[in-house]
Amino acid sequence: MISMIQFSDVLAWIHQLLSSCMAPWLVFLIELVVASVAAVVALLVCVIIMVYMERKVAGHMQLRHGPNRVGWHGVCQLFADIIKLLLKECFTPTRADKLLFVVAPVLSLCVSLLALAPISWGPGLVLWNTNIGVLFVTAISSMGVIGILMAGWSSNNKYALMGAMRSGAQIVSYELSAGLSIVAIVALAGTLNTGGIIESQANGWWILKGHLPAFFAFIIYIIASTAECNRAPFDLAEAESELTAGYHTEYSGMQFGIFYLNEYINMGVVSMVASTLFLGGWQPFYLPFDFGWAHAFNDIMALKFMETWPAWISWVSLAWPLVWFFGKLFLIIFFMMWFRWTFPRLRIDQLLKLEWKYLLPLSIVNLVIIALIVVLGLHF
Amino acid sequence: MKALYNYLKEVAFAFVSLANGLLLTLKYFVTPWKSIITENYPDNRANPSVADEFAGEVILIHDENNEHKCTACTLCQLACPNNSIQIISKQVETEDGKKKKVLDKWVYHLEMCTFCKQCIDACPQDAIKMTNSYELSCFDRSTLTKILNQPGSKLKEKPKVTAKVQE
Ligand code: SF4
Ligand code: SF4
Repeated sequence: MISMIQFSDVLAWIHQLLSSCMAPWLVFLIELVVASVAAVVALLVCVIIMVYMERKVAGHMQLRHGPNRVGWHGVCQLFADIIKLLLKECFTPTRADKLLFVVAPVLSLCVSLLALAPISWGPGLVLWNTNIGVLFVTAISSMGVIGILMAGWSSNNKYALMGAMRSGAQIVSYELSAGLSIVAIVALAGTLNTGGIIESQANGWWILKGHLPAFFAFIIYIIASTAECNRAPFDLAEAESELTAGYHTEYSGMQFGIFYLNEYINMGVVSMVASTLFLGGWQPFYLPFDFGWAHAFNDIMALKFMETWPAWISWVSLAWPLVWFFGKLFLIIFFMMWFRWTFPRLRIDQLLKLEWKYLLPLSIVNLVIIALIVVLGLHF
Repeated sequence: MKALYNYLKEVAFAFVSLANGLLLTLKYFVTPWKSIITENYPDNRANPSVADEFAGEVILIHDENNEHKCTACTLCQLACPNNSIQIISKQVETEDGKKKKVLDKWVYHLEMCTFCKQCIDACPQDAIKMTNSYELSCFDRSTLTKILNQPGSKLKEKPKVTAKVQE
């Protein structure tokens, strides 16, 4: 895709345009704000699609229709719900810790949005191109539990507190195997930079190139990240039948809405990380083999045939990495929804047993095997 | 060695059983036109499909001669947890001069009924049953108190046992 227009060209062009008429610090400020708003808006659009998708997936998997009254097949249902949430009173219980109660949802929202910073959306399309990208995401996403603990503690409600405590135990445990499976891919790619990890998959995704251990790492990461997002079958922090609604029992109106939004943002971030590490982020599907038709296939996937086309058409190819990025994002999200609406909830002891007795040993062994593969150069 | 084997077997079995569940829900998801069982009420009001077993309003069965089987034994009234049945009986004199208790009014308070079907189970004569009607709401509460025995209806005579059963 050498001759084609790249995101980095477009961004450099915008940067030049701004620099020609403004002071450098102003340019920096404007770029910072515009880029962050663009990332958040893109994520919010994803969240809107995810919420609709979740309700439809849930409906169809439970032999129901899902929303089908507001608009065509219920597509406007979410907007009706948002308006309802916005109009509702944000109620604070009398004996609650007022300050923490109000801060908790905002804090957890901030934390989950922070994790967006090092995500690479397309070639050269990254907010913060740092060499500790993946480390930053793991560090930030485990901070989400602080918001949940705050909400649970400040509500002055035993259900909320119990939900928050469970959530804490769960996130602390599952961090380990999520981290170990991330380390496995970092070992393969040899970098922590998200863009670098994606570029290292230019001849095939790690899930294919890394043989079976990479596939195991993928499965372990999906399980652990589902647990970190507090989603069913690991939704002990909410566990409707036991704890009414867990840590957000006392929240109403848009404060509840923020927790709800937060759950989906977390899901989005986790899926982005999973697609970056295992499924090649914005890289199209390449075959990691070295013979005739595999090359031809890879050329088609890289849109090589477009190089001879007129320049204005090649603008279309800008969208190609984004199509792959969001396609993978929604594929993983679909998996998580599929799990949620299929599996029964685990008990707290089963949950911890699954992590400490099964996932953690497996992921350690897996990491050792991956390390051997890297040292012996067995991967593609 | 055995322990390790069992451990691995457990892990493998767990994945297989999870995959079974996933395949089932995936099947439901990709074939919604086959799997969805929700009724599109009230869109399909013209021809709803309600199961025969659906427990709706209680009725007293009358045959073509306007006869019912209720002997006014009040067992259904006793069985009802909500007091929604009142059996009002009266004494009548039969031709041979005997006094007999017959049903006067079978009062059914639909507004208090929870459709629990206990009255149906209690009735020794199988005189009452539940229909599968479900559009039972109305604007006037008094219309929900119903007299189930039709005017002029009477107790169905038991077929006389003529043949001797013994021997
Ligand atoms: S269905 Fe239950 S509540 Fe209704 S009349 Fe019969 S016994 Fe009473
Ligand atoms: S309906 Fe049945 S149980 Fe009720 S009084 Fe009549 S015979 Fe007795």
